Amino acid sequence: MQSITRYLRSLMLLELFRGMAVTWRFGVAPKATLNYPEEKTPKSPRYRGLHALRRYPNGEERCIACKLCEAVCPALAITIESHNREDNTRRTTRYDIDLFKCIYCGFCEESCPVDSIVLTDIGEYHMENKSEKVVDKQQLLAIGDRFEESIAANRAQDARYR
Amino acid sequence: MATAQDNQTDTVTIEVDGQELTARKGEMIIQVTDRAGIDIPRFCYHSKLSIAANCRMCLVDVEKAPKPLPACATPVADGMKVFTESRRTVDAQRGVMEFLLINHPLDCPICDQGGECELQDLAMGYGRSVSRFTERKRVVRDKNVGPLIETDMTRCIHCTRCVRFLEEIAGTCELGGMSRGEHMEIGTFVERNINSELSGNVIDLCPVGALTNKPFRHTARPWEMRARKYVGTHDCLGSHLHYHTRGPKIMRAVPRDNEAVNECWLSDRDRYSHFGLRSEDRLTSPQVKVDGQWREASWSDALDAAARALKGAVETHGGSELGVLVSPRATTEEHYLAAAMARSLGSENVDHRLRLLDFTHPQAGRAHLDVPTAKIAESDAILLVGSNIRHEQPILGHRVRTAWRQGGAKIADINSVAWDFHFDLAERMIVPPQAMVDTFARVAKAAADLTGAALPEGKLGEYIAARQPEHEAKQVAGMLKDAASGVLLLGDQALNHPEAGWLRRLAEWLAEALEVALVVLPGPANSAGAWTAGSVPGRGGLNARSMISKGRQAYLLWDIEPDFDLADPAAARRALEGAASVVAATTFDNAVLRETADVLLPLSPAPEVDGTWINADGHRDTLQAVGRAPEQSRAGWKILRKLGELAGAEGFDFATLDAVTRQALENDSAEAAHDEAAAPFVAEGDTLWRTGEVPIYSGDNILRRAPALQQTTHAAATVCAVHPTTARRHGLEDAERVRVRQGEASAELDLVLDERVAPGAVGLPVATCPVSTLGAGGGEISLEALS
Repeated sequence: MQSITRYLRSLMLLELFRGMAVTWRFGVAPKATLNYPEEKTPKSPRYRGLHALRRYPNGEERCIACKLCEAVCPALAITIESHNREDNTRRTTRYDIDLFKCIYCGFCEESCPVDSIVLTDIGEYHMENKSEKVVDKQQLLAIGDRFEESIAANRAQDARYR
Repeated sequence: MATAQDNQTDTVTIEVDGQELTARKGEMIIQVTDRAGIDIPRFCYHSKLSIAANCRMCLVDVEKAPKPLPACATPVADGMKVFTESRRTVDAQRGVMEFLLINHPLDCPICDQGGECELQDLAMGYGRSVSRFTERKRVVRDKNVGPLIETDMTRCIHCTRCVRFLEEIAGTCELGGMSRGEHMEIGTFVERNINSELSGNVIDLCPVGALTNKPFRHTARPWEMRARKYVGTHDCLGSHLHYHTRGPKIMRAVPRDNEAVNECWLSDRDRYSHFGLRSEDRLTSPQVKVDGQWREASWSDALDAAARALKGAVETHGGSELGVLVSPRATTEEHYLAAAMARSLGSENVDHRLRLLDFTHPQAGRAHLDVPTAKIAESDAILLVGSNIRHEQPILGHRVRTAWRQGGAKIADINSVAWDFHFDLAERMIVPPQAMVDTFARVAKAAADLTGAALPEGKLGEYIAARQPEHEAKQVAGMLKDAASGVLLLGDQALNHPEAGWLRRLAEWLAEALEVALVVLPGPANSAGAWTAGSVPGRGGLNARSMISKGRQAYLLWDIEPDFDLADPAAARRALEGAASVVAATTFDNAVLRETADVLLPLSPAPEVDGTWINADGHRDTLQAVGRAPEQSRAGWKILRKLGELAGAEGFDFATLDAVTRQALENDSAEAAHDEAAAPFVAEGDTLWRTGEVPIYSGDNILRRAPALQQTTHAAATVCAVHPTTARRHGLEDAERVRVRQGEASAELDLVLDERVAPGAVGLPVATCPVSTLGAGGGEISLEALS
C-alpha cells in the first residue's frame, strides 16, 4: 500500500515543484550578495581589525610606554622599548606589532589606560614581503592619523557599553 | 635555674589570630608577627630604621584597646590578644588606605615603581575600586636632588623612610619634612644634591614612586626584567646585589640581602657603576698594530700576534723581561691564568697591586681581618689609619657609624686629610704623609708605655723607642687599651702610602700589644682573589712598581689604563714606550694603550663574565655572567686560556671554567716577593708630600665612565688642595693656579686652600685626567705659583 502511494506521489512531481518553489522564491527575492569590493557590508563599531596608535587633538602621541599592552598580549605580538624623553616624560622609542602573531583579541586596547592602541575597523590590508608583517610606531601612528575620525566615532558609539 | 627565671621575665606570650607567639619584652607587635610570618600591611615601618608610626597602615585590633593600635609602635604585653584579620582591623586599614590615596596621583602607568610598588600592591587589597574623593588633589613640585635620584613628590605618602635613612644610616640628614598637614613636603629645604655615598638606598626604601632611579628612569618595567645574582666589584667588601637584566642589557642594580656583608644596603658606586659598561669607547674588536697602523683583526690573528709578541720577547730577552700587570678587578680565574702563563714562560713578574708604592712587607696590599667585617659594628673603639672609610668602603663606613651610634664606640683617626666622617671622633691626628709613620709610632710608644709590652726587635723597635708620645697619642693608645673589642683599621691610603710597610708592621705590633683586632682593607675589589690565585710576584719576581720603574721588554696589561690605574702614570708611559712589545686586554679603548701597545684584545669585565670573587672576609662567590658582552669582546679566562696555549704555556688545556676555578682556588699564596726595608723615614726640612686619595668614583675604568656618578659632586674637577699655612709658607696665598712638579713630570692645576688638609701635605687625588701625566700618588711634590 505504501509503495503505491509513493509511486503516485512521484508521478505528480511534487518534490520537483517544491524545490523549484525555493528556486523561484529566491530568484525574485532581493539579493544578499554584494559586489565586493565595490559594495561592502556595514561593520560593527566593535570590529577588531588593523591596529593604530592615536594622538591627542594637539598632536601629542597618546602612548606613554606603560607596556600594559605588551604584558597582556597573549600572542606576544607587541614589542616596546621606552625612554625618558627630553621633557622628562615616559615615551616609546619602539612600538612594533607583528601582524602575523596577533590574534586580534583586542586585549591591548582594553588594557590601554590612555586609549592609545586601538583596533580599527580596517579589515582589508595585505603585504607583499614577509618583512612587512611587523608594523612599527611610525606606521601605526600614520594609520591612527588617517582614520582618527572613524576611530573616534566608533569609540563614541560604543562608549555607553563600556 | 637563674637563667630559666631570666627567660621567664624576659619573654612574654601573646596571641595573634588565635596563634600563641612568644616575644621578648619591649618588642613591637609587628616584629613578632613578621618573625612568625603573619602579614601586617605597612609603609613607614622598616626593620633597619627607627619607628615613626606615621602611615597608620599597620593598625590592628587589640583586645581591650578602645581603638585599633599601630602594630609597629605597640609594645607587646603578656596575654595580649591581637587580631590582624578582624572586621575592625580591616576597616581601619581600608580607611587609612582611602586617606593615603586622596592625594596620590594614581599615575601607575607612567610610574617607574608600577609593578613593584607597595602602595599599588596594598591598594589591590585595601583600596576601593572607585574613589569617593572629588575635591582637588594636591600637587607638589618635584625637587632636583642630583643625578642619581629622580623625584616625583606628588606621589609621596610621607612615610619618612628616606628621611630616617639619611639621618640614621647614612648620617647626613639631607632630607626632611617641611610644613605640616596638607602642606607637608619632603625635601632638601634649599635646592641641593643628596651627597651621601649611600643615597641610592632611599630608592629601595621608598614604598611608592616618589624617589626613583634617575639613570634607569622610564627604560624598563619590573615584570620584564630578570634578577641575576652578582657581587659589587668596586670595593673589597663585594656587596651582594642583583642585576636586573632585560634581554642582553643590564638595566639596574639592587641590593641582595645578606646580613654578613651589606645587610640590605648598596653603595651608590655599586648601584650606578654598570651604566659605564655602555660607554661609547668600549673596545669591540681585536686590534693589531701593523707598521704603526691599527688594523682590525680576527680573534685568531690577534691572539697569534699577541702570543708571538710575548713568546718572541721571552725567547730573545729571557723570561724575566716579561711583566704581567693584572687589574685587581679581574676574576680569580683570570688572575690565576695570567700568573700561571707568566710563570710557565719563565717570569715571576706578576702583580695586581697597581697603586702600591711600598712593597717592603711580605703581605703588602693584602686584606687582613682578625674579625669579620660585620663585627666592626660591635666594636667599642676604632682607630682608623690612612682611611677615608666612607669613600673607600661605603658599607663598612656604615658599620663603623653603627658602632659609634648604637654602641657608643670611641673612634680616632690618623689621616693626612681631615675627612668628613658621619661619626664623631674622640681623637683626630691630622698629619702630613711624611709624618704618618712618626705619628703612628708615637701611638705605639704610648701603648708600650701603657702596657709594658716588649718593643719589636730591629729597626722598628729602635724607631719606636726614640719617639716621644704627646697627649693625643697617649689618649689614642689608652682608648684602644681600655676597649673590650677594639679595632685597628688600616685603610687604602695607608696601604698606598710610600711607607706602607712600616705602617703595616706598626699596626701588626700595636694590635698584638693592645689586644685589638687588626683590620686591613685594600681598596680594590678582588685583591683577596688575586692573592689566592697567585697574582703576586714569586721569589725573585718584580712587583708592580719595579716592573714599571725598571722597565721590561714585554708587558701584558690586563684591563689596565696606564694613565689612571698605575701608581706612577708618568713612569708607566715611559716604561711602555720603551718596551719592545705590549699586549693589552682591555674593556675600553685608551689613548695611551693605542700609542704604546701592539695588540689590543677586547675584554668583557665584571659583571659580563663568569668567575669567582673573594671578598676581604674570604667569602667566595662563583657567579655566572650577567648581561651580554658587546660584539667581539670575550671573557678574560677564555682569552688567557687560548693565549697561554698559543704562547706555549704548560697545562693550559682547560675545557671548562670549572677546571680553572678548581686550580685557581687550590693554593693560597702565603707571601709575595718583597723589597728590603730601609729604616723608617724621618721627616726633615720643609718639603711637601703628596697625599693622593683615589676618588670614590675614579677607582676603575668602569666607574670613570659611569655617567651618573661622574655628574655627582664627588666627581668634581681635580684640584690641588693645601692648608692655608702651607700656602703662606710657600708663598702661594694669592695663587689661583699652580704648576705641580714631581720629578720630571708636571701639570698645571687650580689651587684651593683647604683647612682639612694637613699642613705640609698636598691633597691631590690620583686616577683623574688632570693628574694622568704626573708621578706617584705619594712622595715629594713641589708647587710653583702661576700668575
